[in-house]
Amino acid sequence: MSKMYYRELYCGSPIRFWSGLALLGAFIVIGLGSAYYMEHNGHWVTGMSNQIVWGLPHVFAIFLIVAASGALNVASIGSVFGGPLYKPLGRYSGLLAIGLLAGGLMVLVLDLGRPDRLIVAMTEYNFKSIFAWNVILYSGFFAIVGVYLWTMMDRSVSKFNRPVGFAAFFWRIALTTGTGSIFGFLVAREAYDAAIMAPMFVIMSFSYGLAFFIITLITAYIWGDREIGDLRLTRLKNLLGVFVGAVLYFTLAYNITNLYITQHHGIERFVLLDGGIYTQMFWIGQILIGSVLPLFLIYSPAFEKSRWAIAAASIAVLIGGFFQIYVIVIGGQAYPMNLFPGKEVVESGFFDGVVASYTPTFPEAALGVAGIAVALAMVAVGARVFKVFPETLEDPNS
Amino acid sequence: MSKKGDQPSMERRQFIGGTIAAAGALTIAPGVILHAVADTDQRTEGASSEHRWGMVIDANKCADGCTACVEACNTEHSLTGLGRPETDAAWIRTVKLKDKQTGNISRLPVMCQHCEHPPCVDVCPTNASFKRADGVVLVDRHTCIGCRYCMMACPYKARSFIHEALSDQSVNAPRGKGCVESCTLCVHRIDEGVMQTACQEACEKDGHAAILFGDLKDPNSEISQVLKKYNSVQIRGDLELNTGVRYRNL
Repeated sequence: MSKMYYRELYCGSPIRFWSGLALLGAFIVIGLGSAYYMEHNGHWVTGMSNQIVWGLPHVFAIFLIVAASGALNVASIGSVFGGPLYKPLGRYSGLLAIGLLAGGLMVLVLDLGRPDRLIVAMTEYNFKSIFAWNVILYSGFFAIVGVYLWTMMDRSVSKFNRPVGFAAFFWRIALTTGTGSIFGFLVAREAYDAAIMAPMFVIMSFSYGLAFFIITLITAYIWGDREIGDLRLTRLKNLLGVFVGAVLYFTLAYNITNLYITQHHGIERFVLLDGGIYTQMFWIGQILIGSVLPLFLIYSPAFEKSRWAIAAASIAVLIGGFFQIYVIVIGGQAYPMNLFPGKEVVESGFFDGVVASYTPTFPEAALGVAGIAVALAMVAVGARVFKVFPETLEDPNS
Repeated sequence: MSKKGDQPSMERRQFIGGTIAAAGALTIAPGVILHAVADTDQRTEGASSEHRWGMVIDANKCADGCTACVEACNTEHSLTGLGRPETDAAWIRTVKLKDKQTGNISRLPVMCQHCEHPPCVDVCPTNASFKRADGVVLVDRHTCIGCRYCMMACPYKARSFIHEALSDQSVNAPRGKGCVESCTLCVHRIDEGVMQTACQEACEKDGHAAILFGDLKDPNSEISQVLKKYNSVQIRGDLELNTGVRYRNL
């Protein structure tokens, strides 16, 4: 194979680069302003309440964090599993992973009741809490991926690339296991309390992370007027198809188990049949847009080499994934906890037995979008400053 | 800009170093200031594991339409509502139930159940949710970061997040925007040797006496005698949390 050269990504027109960055900056400023507004007034100005305690910012944050670890997969395939076609994409995979995680964590931290106490979260640990473990897993991810990038970019330390790649791979599996376990370990709520949450989040990360990777890779190469070969894109596309199918399989296993357990019939009925917006988000969002549509675009012979179809499939996976996390996080809280099995709640001073209502507000959405903007801005600046992208990604023998 | 060699230049290294230093400073600085201010921890040894405080509530005695316990709790801890029931704090609430099979109606107050194995304490990342030696489950408002994971974990929906700035607080219960709180079992009374919670006092005053507070570890206490003599249940007993609050006739 010919030698691979990496070069900083320069956009054909400086105006386009700087105006793109300014646009992302504007989203970030609006998001930060929204966070200040929510913190200054208190969370009552949001759609969140004592019933829906985690709202739209958590959906964005979890979505980005899950996608971050998945974005690293391409690097892992290249250096851990020895996929030569993936290896040149390793640097960008690491950069995107760091960007997405930074964006997600920013949203998560700024939605805390006391974000000023971040240092408490970093110095006081309850090791029985998966949240505390996640603080370590998330910050460790930055360090490990940072070193991983170093071994990819500096030839003098490239001999450590493989062991560091292994470490990063195991760390990212642990990270998503930890994120899924946030829900898996919740005994109180019927939608959660299931060991399958951890592996399901891992496979969700594979899917969302790769979708983010493909769509941003295509954009970057259009942006920088560089070439990507069909073979490489087809590989990535087929891999995405497998991941989308795997997420569907886990969703099926989760729901079939709940349908078998009488105690969980209520939550299943809520999500699958009569949960209003959550039922629509599940069937139209996650299943139709997030699974059926991308599988069709990926595997239909009509779109075999269509870049438009690959990009559209990736975007559909991301939209579907967002809805999937929305249903898990918000839908799981909206469905009332069953404190008194066999009894019907006639009256309650605190919304027992009723589906909790939640309407996201603009500041919550703006904070979430700012998380995506942070990720994209970090990627845009990182790719411009560092030698992340190969000069060309044309197919090896073309 | 011209194409440079493969080796990273010093500017680039400085860029990385500067970025990491700036991010680190931004993360740590507010906390360092906070710690400097809050480093006046005066907690002393107080609670003893020789006691376990709890309550037994007789659902048959809980009168329809009565909210004396809720009002007393609100007054005792200055839980002033802002007319926004979805975000206003509720440390205790009344619930009216109907048996789906038999149609039997029961009514009871629900509050933090002060579990022996509290899920809120298990999930709290910073140890802000904690259980005292005497079984009272509390939130340390100095280390609560407002992540609300405890609210996700509590099977009793017993916790409230403070959604706005507060004024006119009671010395009995310092509270603060952005933190989570719940029934303290009137710990300020316990620590002063007053063996009666505000809700129990109000319920007795109204002539219902549905709530009985006491020491579950003292075999001679009234609560232990009642629990020994009569059948009682825990809400969500299937979770095996061994709650400090028990219910009769539910």
